[in-house]
Amino acid sequence: MLMNMDRELLQIIGVTLRMSFFSTLISCLVGMPLGVVMAKSTFKGKRTIRKIIGTFMGLPPVVAGLIVYLLFTRYGPFGSLGLLFTVEIMVIAQCMLIIPVVINLTESILSVNVKGLTETAKGLNFSKSKTAFLLLTENRFSLMSVVLTAFGRSIAEVGAVSLVGGNIQWKTRVMTTAIMLETNKGNFTFALALGIVLLLISLAVNILASVMTKEDIK
Amino acid sequence: MKKLLAVFLAVFMLFSLAACGGGEEAKTPDNPVIRMSTTTSVNDSGLLPYLLPVFEKATGYTVEVQSAGTGAAIQKAKDGNADLILVHAKASEEAFIEEGYGVERLPFMYNFFVIVGPAEDPAGIKDGAENAAEAFAKISDTESTFISRGDESGTHKAELKIWGENVPDAEKEAWYINAGQGMGACLTMASEKGAYCLTDKATFLSNKDSLNLEILLEKSDDMQNVYSLIECNPEKLDGINTEGAKALIEWMMGSEASELIAEYGKEQYGQALFYLEQ
Repeated sequence: MLMNMDRELLQIIGVTLRMSFFSTLISCLVGMPLGVVMAKSTFKGKRTIRKIIGTFMGLPPVVAGLIVYLLFTRYGPFGSLGLLFTVEIMVIAQCMLIIPVVINLTESILSVNVKGLTETAKGLNFSKSKTAFLLLTENRFSLMSVVLTAFGRSIAEVGAVSLVGGNIQWKTRVMTTAIMLETNKGNFTFALALGIVLLLISLAVNILASVMTKEDIK
Repeated sequence: MKKLLAVFLAVFMLFSLAACGGGEEAKTPDNPVIRMSTTTSVNDSGLLPYLLPVFEKATGYTVEVQSAGTGAAIQKAKDGNADLILVHAKASEEAFIEEGYGVERLPFMYNFFVIVGPAEDPAGIKDGAENAAEAFAKISDTESTFISRGDESGTHKAELKIWGENVPDAEKEAWYINAGQGMGACLTMASEKGAYCLTDKATFLSNKDSLNLEILLEKSDDMQNVYSLIECNPEKLDGINTEGAKALIEWMMGSEASELIAEYGKEQYGQALFYLEQ
């Protein structure tokens, strides 16, 4: 059954992976340093910020999509960029959803051994940035699982990407929106087959994640 | 605990009394729930929310409306999850009956699809096209952006019928956008991109205020859109509420509903949105 739309399916998987890869990359580049700051330093208002991040972790994807849509609509503040209904804008919406998760997970992983490590670093007279770097590399395996969690969230999201991406064939259609479309068409079995493909990709990602976390424990 | 129970009982009895209070007209039927599977256009245009409360009040039935694209609406009925369907795709309806799922196709109202697009009208449809086929040819010739539903809905099937053999290939023709979404989402996309789109008039009018689109062609014969009611076949499917489906169909085809349908839209849009099948 899946063979029938071989070429289109491959293209959809390609767009899905491209979108998820860039969402994950940007989210981690932004979120992880912020997570380090949250774990390492004490400052006024930290608890409030943590609460805000916690709230944003619960942001419904559709709402994130709506906000991004309103920002980039033709007469919106960034409308002139013409980004609506492109893969780029899907990445932007995804980042909005994933960055809070990355910050939160990074902080909770690092906070376990942040104290001992910063004291050692102080004793060795390391600079602040070097300490942060050390903190990240020491925990690189558990942090890999953050990356994979971000990827998993990104690949499974549907509400925001269909709103801002538009589910356009050969352009912005991804696995989840394709499943939604087939369901709307009444092709329930085909939708399920696509779901299984998505599930297999997720499974591969998760196996990778668990293998990496185990390495860290050793 | 006893107190709580007493309160519950009292409340329960009150509700039972209230239910009885409805009096003669609304005797609750044995099987009071009717499941209707329909297309988004009927539901989104507000027609069903306008009609059904009148029926429910008169008969005591409760109608549960599930709305999806025509393809999914029919599939849900095939899976035994509906008592009747209200859709607008003749070929699929006939197949539905041929396969034994439906009893009879009852066309009961129609309206027209319209072609909407940006006011600038780059393909020159407003003054240059007599019917939908001509308009589509102009769009294709000028390679003006066109949004297709692409979801096998009744509207999408009507669009494909107008294209005939000249259906553009979405992969090669960048101006032909296969959106794979509902009517509302496609209209929004057309408005954003300054593109053309085929839509049912009712959905367009009810969303008009938020769209930068105008009706450029309407009421041509190749854009007639017929809605039918089909009762699901109890011999083929289990658990069908046949009495309910029959009651609703009878009411929809009757004079009271006809008058309501003919009036619908006049107050809000200054024109009727649906016409009765003669």
